[in-house]
Amino acid sequence: MKPLSDGAVERLRLRLEEPDLEGTRYRLVGRLGAGGMGAVYLVEDPELERRVALKLLDTPDACGDLARRLLREARVLARLEHPGIVPVHDVGTLGDGRIYYTMKYVAGVRLDRLDAGMGLAERLRLFLRIVEAVSFAHSHGILHRDLKPANVMVGHFGEVLVLDWGLAKLTGASAAAESRASPAAFPDPSRTGHGAVLGTPGYMPPEQASGASESVDVRADVYALGAILRELIVVPGTQTPPALQAIVRRATSPDPAARYGGARELGDDVERFLDGLAVSAHREHPFERARRLVARHRTAVVLILTYLAVRALLLFQARGH
Amino acid sequence: MSERAAGAFPDTRWSAVAAARSADPAERERALAVFAASYWRPVYTYLRLRWGQPAADAEDLTQEFFARLLERDFLASYDPSRARLRTFLRVGIDRLLANQTRDSRRLKRGGGALPVPLDREDAERALAGLAAARAENAEEFFAREWTRSFLGLVVGELRKVCAGGGKDVHFRLFARYDLEDGPPGDDRRPSYADLAREVGVSPSDVTNHLAWARREFRRIALARLRELTASDEEYRLEARSLFGLTPP
Repeated sequence: MKPLSDGAVERLRLRLEEPDLEGTRYRLVGRLGAGGMGAVYLVEDPELERRVALKLLDTPDACGDLARRLLREARVLARLEHPGIVPVHDVGTLGDGRIYYTMKYVAGVRLDRLDAGMGLAERLRLFLRIVEAVSFAHSHGILHRDLKPANVMVGHFGEVLVLDWGLAKLTGASAAAESRASPAAFPDPSRTGHGAVLGTPGYMPPEQASGASESVDVRADVYALGAILRELIVVPGTQTPPALQAIVRRATSPDPAARYGGARELGDDVERFLDGLAVSAHREHPFERARRLVARHRTAVVLILTYLAVRALLLFQARGH
Repeated sequence: MSERAAGAFPDTRWSAVAAARSADPAERERALAVFAASYWRPVYTYLRLRWGQPAADAEDLTQEFFARLLERDFLASYDPSRARLRTFLRVGIDRLLANQTRDSRRLKRGGGALPVPLDREDAERALAGLAAARAENAEEFFAREWTRSFLGLVVGELRKVCAGGGKDVHFRLFARYDLEDGPPGDDRRPSYADLAREVGVSPSDVTNHLAWARREFRRIALARLRELTASDEEYRLEARSLFGLTPP
């Protein structure tokens, strides 16, 4: 038999990787990507005639912990109905025993692949939408704990969706509801069975990296949001304003007590910056303050200066006569 | 030349690694047939392209390698917890080449070892389609050629299953969509509508037939991979690293 070409070998390998959706209502369209413990596929739901994203485990899961994490993630998402959080549609099991869930398919780009030409104000407005979604989750007692640009999708109309809630931590009433529903079924997902800490270096605060998951609170997400903001405010060809740098410094302080008390507080400071107001994280130099005020009241300043110039000109002409 | 070993999987369902360690010579011979079916071509290609051996010497060395594989103490030293079987075999080829003289190889073959039915002419024709100098290291090269050989055998078995079950159309669609290459530089696949017209079925039949063929392909691949690995752990590792599969 003629040996397979390199192209055929690659296609067959891809075919083998694809999940067998026999027995589900979905038809495979293609692979969208992978993240953490799961791979995400684009599938078609012929009954509703729409495309959705299907996430399933793609790593060995001998003890079943990962399957429980995936199911837990789906349930967390089901609780969070917010325009900035990807809605889950359905949970099921494939013929090979793997658990999957389907969610809204978002056509867009990940935040880490954002168009470099986007201006600072537009970037900050995107950031505020992320903050709103995270703040909403916090108000329901849910921490994300793996916020990073790769976990944020930006749609073609500027809509923002926070993805990948596999490491979420439930606190307060949410945690109580979870343990009532499935006592001991969901171990803390921030640790593997071998005790390794999960999360993403660079976006994970020191208290989370040290494995002290009990002491992690909303300020861990504030740290990650600060790390995201640090990347977003780097606009090619421009200097980053000191006030924004100060906001990032405060949000990503190694000491949780020195950070903003919550995502909303961080968002408020960014909004103040956008409105041309002083931000709480930054003590301004008088010159800086004057420049900000001029920038904020640009029209009034221009009118006043024009008026004064015209008056000076008229005075000068009157004296000449 | 036996068509059985040169181009198809022997009909077996046990672990060839366990059988190759058996005290029963007949069991070991059957194990050799399984190894030879999937490994002779990558071994030969490896010797020709990576080691630059002339065709006749590569054939001799391939035969010698499989003769050694049949000796009980060769695989007895294999520890699945330390290396994959494929790596162990590849290192075995390297050692054979480093230690053996041409005369001793000939002596070995003349000493009564069972020759492997490899098709040298066919392998030489296939070499023409491969780049002579590959950038990847020996391990990657051997793994890629073994994957090519293995998947080719799985395709052959799928063809037989389809022919035996009156599903020739299924295989034809599978071959057109997943096996055949397009024009150079164009990796677009034919549309389902075009395939439907070409084969004379509806587009939804194309979807269903392809899904069936791919499912069957996956089933055969996993079953055959199980035979060619020494432990459940290695089987799962190989399924994952080679094909991204998570066996049930």
